[in-house]
Amino acid sequence: MRAFSYEKASSPAEAAAAAARSPDAKFIAGGTNLLDLMKLQIEAPTHLIDVNGLGIDKIEPSSDGGLRIGALVRNTALAVDERVRRDYAVLSRALLAGASGQLRNRATTAGNLLQRTRCPYFYDTAQPCNKRQPGSGCSALGGFSRQLGVVGISDACIATHPSDMAVAMRALDATVETVKPDRSTRSIPVAELHRLPGKTPHVETVLDQGELITAVTLPKPVGGTQIYRKVRDRASYAFALVSVAAIVQRDGSGRIALGGVAPKPWRVETAEAELPRGAKAAAEAILADAKPTHENAFKLPLIERTLGAVLTQARG
Amino acid sequence: MPTPRELEMNRRDLMVVAGACAAFSTTAAGARAQPAPVGKPVLSEVSFTVNGRSHKLELDTRTTLLDALREQLHLTGTKKGCDHGQCGACTVLVDGQRINSCLTLAIMNAGAEITTIEGLGGVDNLHPMQAAFVKHDGFQCGYCTPGQICSGVAVLDEIKAGIPSHVSADLTGAMAPTEAEIRERMSGNICRCGAYSNIVEAMTEVAGRQG
Repeated sequence: MRAFSYEKASSPAEAAAAAARSPDAKFIAGGTNLLDLMKLQIEAPTHLIDVNGLGIDKIEPSSDGGLRIGALVRNTALAVDERVRRDYAVLSRALLAGASGQLRNRATTAGNLLQRTRCPYFYDTAQPCNKRQPGSGCSALGGFSRQLGVVGISDACIATHPSDMAVAMRALDATVETVKPDRSTRSIPVAELHRLPGKTPHVETVLDQGELITAVTLPKPVGGTQIYRKVRDRASYAFALVSVAAIVQRDGSGRIALGGVAPKPWRVETAEAELPRGAKAAAEAILADAKPTHENAFKLPLIERTLGAVLTQARG
Repeated sequence: MPTPRELEMNRRDLMVVAGACAAFSTTAAGARAQPAPVGKPVLSEVSFTVNGRSHKLELDTRTTLLDALREQLHLTGTKKGCDHGQCGACTVLVDGQRINSCLTLAIMNAGAEITTIEGLGGVDNLHPMQAAFVKHDGFQCGYCTPGQICSGVAVLDEIKAGIPSHVSADLTGAMAPTEAEIRERMSGNICRCGAYSNIVEAMTEVAGRQG
């Protein structure tokens, strides 16, 4: 790990301003992803801004009947919140399907959204990777790509976003609130937070330098049967090959977001009109632009079957 | 695999860095610090309680809680396995919650109350979970065991507190320490000797006794 200086920020705006002063600075909250990457020198900040003391760790009702989740709410605390368990069950289920009990106790809401890919070539500093070292090439294309993306990817990068939580938040139409170094604030739909890789896979979100996520808001509950189904190589404590977050209403309409298949939580709203016609029609519409490798082409039928299982379960 | 010679060099490099640390002045946590020149170690002070004893340490900012416990406080019961949050050998309890001590900086834990395996019990006063692991052969080589036991104690508390898991059929119902629940909740603790079934038996016995 490279040496770094350290400060504890006193307010969200102060934290953002401090990050703007040091271009190589990083915010640290749970640290469960950042410290892992710093030990490998994939991340090498010269300054860390500890945001744990900012008091943005509460879950409160929002003015429009939804929930406002502080950026520092730990994954366990969010999964366990009574309102989330009752009204946003898909979010509780997604959180509980991710990581381990130890990691969920420290990992935060905002940190979970901003975690980096687990592509093996991003982690292997001896290999080219356009995300880690722009312009160096993509080792995953033609390499070991079984775990990697099939849709939303580019010729420069086929990495996936690893979060389970974010997939549920995409299905729930969550919004991210931020503060910038000039103290201005803005709201970003979670759908627009992550960028597709294109030719610049190292630019992963629309956040500006120093911009700090302060909260994630959920709209008022939409009811329905809420399911998160995760398919992985082990029964527990593994990243998704494919996951489906579903909110299905009695009339057969619903929302579907996919994890493990794209550089961001993957949802195609226009494809949801196909849901009453079944999993095959909906999966085909969601994956119309899919470009799998020979190693991960199995994900296409796996998505369809997982979606089929979810719809069957939803219809009880 | 590194050769013994490479290991020797790594160890010497570490000692050079450790020596250099002592030569630099303290940067108090909480002060608005200037970015460090590349590669120059930065020291910072932190105070926390470990197993009921308070400690004030001056540490390289890079020091993980795991390294502070082992290298500074010589509490070597907590083990370094993967050092990347994958194996759970470094599990300790911080303010009553289990975490991977390898993935948190010591200086991020100011004011925390930390419990390690040494704080749960010792040879003459075994914690019920330690005694159950001995009785049920919940280990072979023993390297993952301190993490397994810290995690196991926390898991039973989490079940009692009604925290659901991935395998809980009902998100809002009462939770029970079934085998399926214990296996799911312990999945962040890897045992390469494969003592899992005996670990489940040990935890089941303690859970039954707590009733």
